[in-house]
Amino acid sequence: MKHVNNKLSLQLDVSDFLPAGQEEKQSLVIMRESVSFWRDGVRRFKKNKIAMASLTVVILVLIFAFIMPAFYPYSYEQQIRGSENLAPMQYSQQELELKASGVKVFPHILGTDSLGRDTMIRLMYGSRISLLVGLVASVLVLIIGSVYGSIAGYFGGKVDMVMMRIVDIIYTVPDILIIILLMVTLKYPLEDLANNVPGFGWINTIGVGLICIFIVFSLLYWVGMARIVRSQILSLKEQEFVTAAKALGASHGRIIRKHLLINSMGALIVTTTLQIPSAIFTESFLSFIGIGVAAPMPSLGSMASDAIGGIQSYPYRLLAPAIMISLIILSFNLLGDGLRDAFDPKLKD
Amino acid sequence: MPAYITKRLLMSIFTLWLVATLTFALMFMVPGGPFLAEKAPSEATLKALNQKYGLDQPKIVQYKNYMIKFLQGDMGVSLKQRGRTVSSIIFTGFKVSARVGGLGILLALLIGIPLGSIAALNRGKWIDNVIVVFSTAGIAVPSFVVSTVLMLIFSVKLDLLPTYGLTSWEHYIMPVIALSLYPASYISRLMRTSMLEVLGQDYMRTARAKGLSQFKMLFKHALRNAILPVVTYLGPLLAYTLTGSFVVEKIFTIPGLGSEFISSIVNRDYTMIMGTTIFLAALIIIMNLLVDIAYKIIDPRIQFK
Repeated sequence: MKHVNNKLSLQLDVSDFLPAGQEEKQSLVIMRESVSFWRDGVRRFKKNKIAMASLTVVILVLIFAFIMPAFYPYSYEQQIRGSENLAPMQYSQQELELKASGVKVFPHILGTDSLGRDTMIRLMYGSRISLLVGLVASVLVLIIGSVYGSIAGYFGGKVDMVMMRIVDIIYTVPDILIIILLMVTLKYPLEDLANNVPGFGWINTIGVGLICIFIVFSLLYWVGMARIVRSQILSLKEQEFVTAAKALGASHGRIIRKHLLINSMGALIVTTTLQIPSAIFTESFLSFIGIGVAAPMPSLGSMASDAIGGIQSYPYRLLAPAIMISLIILSFNLLGDGLRDAFDPKLKD
Repeated sequence: MPAYITKRLLMSIFTLWLVATLTFALMFMVPGGPFLAEKAPSEATLKALNQKYGLDQPKIVQYKNYMIKFLQGDMGVSLKQRGRTVSSIIFTGFKVSARVGGLGILLALLIGIPLGSIAALNRGKWIDNVIVVFSTAGIAVPSFVVSTVLMLIFSVKLDLLPTYGLTSWEHYIMPVIALSLYPASYISRLMRTSMLEVLGQDYMRTARAKGLSQFKMLFKHALRNAILPVVTYLGPLLAYTLTGSFVVEKIFTIPGLGSEFISSIVNRDYTMIMGTTIFLAALIIIMNLLVDIAYKIIDPRIQFK
């Protein structure tokens, strides 16, 4: 190829006008895989260091709460005689004697409480309750809210107006007052149901307190989700692919499930994740004021509440649940923020 | 605008009625009555007591009686705290709660707004990062954790502040801080985002271009517009302060309305449950209404529908 030194020269280079070879054509084709919505989101999420760190913490807490208790030698309700009020890593007289005689005694890593129960295992179970409440409540809210919101948004008109007025009213109800009242009152019919009606014995295995919390949350907290789903559906239902699906004879249910909800998945995931910490927050608050999960089942809130009595002599008993609950809420908050940035940048306020 | 206010007002009244009715129905689902907790009163005494307070009548009649009396401004007498009317108990409790809660809200605004603005003005610098980290941590800590940890540090370890009661200004320090940490963090995050948005607006560039002083630019143009989301947050903030006050009043043994509410439920003090619930619900609903109206007055861009 002849090199032209003078850029302003009008002399044309003949080689520029030759037909392109196969190789040259290949290099012009954009060789990049098409990136789906999910893969794009995951890629963005992985780049976010804070979000990845919070995801790691969440997984660690899940392991701590759901897997570790299986390998832990003490149980949360076991009251070890003679081992009351031990400091972290301290052994009681009996345990020291046992140790001296060669028997291996597992240390009380965080000490024991005034009834001789190991604090570490109670912390694990307390975290389990918190996580369970957060996860189950959010899934319930997700289901109720998305069904309600999508029906209101999809059918529009009078249906929408009536349904959204109901949402508006529930939205203005001061939730915490009703939650406290419901928590106290629901306990009795539920206990009655569990003990006297056959087929409802499972209520006792899960615990009346937990069921109460689930019911209360699913009664009151779905309104926010319903509003978000409705607004998503409202904008999506005008798009061409919905018209196409209608023209092809898809039923309303199918359009809502397969087209509208799938397309608002980003917003759904983000809102559900951000619901988790708020549910955990409320549960710990309820247990703290003494109307949450019933004893002997520990909750992080009730553990903190129990610790106040002995705050002068055993301050570490307060710190363990306090740190745990803050850590759980913080990591879920950050995880939710990360998911929002990755999957639904529009939602950022 | 009057049409909008009327509509909202009617809806608020409906919500309030709903809450009252729901509370009434729920209250009687709980077994046991207000007089059972005492040292086993005899059958005759119990009957007399029930008759005296009208608890022997059918529920629907009791409901009607209560509602009629309530509309006449009479909330009845407490069934537990003999000789005290519900309104006087609520009034004394509310005076205490409002002082602590009001100071908490004030502190949250005084901390949150400047911190958020400072963070936004120094975006990306270390001071911004510090504020963001603190406010993110602040919204993750429940108020009972803040209260108890404060108590642990300042009362147990350092022995500087009193742990219970509300007799001197020193008693206010810990409850107020405990109540304000979460809202202060939340407001600073809110303020930072909205300030960043405002700073990027065209009118800010115009203001700079016409040579306004930094002070005037920030306070007359930026802050006024950026503060709008904080105004909308005032309604939920009040509701949050209330929730927080249940816990904080329990921890610091403050004789406020929150502890009255909890103990009235535990004691099955029916008239007190109704009174406190309606009062607190009305407080939150009215506050939300006022905030919505104020918001529309401050920001004329918002349409009345």
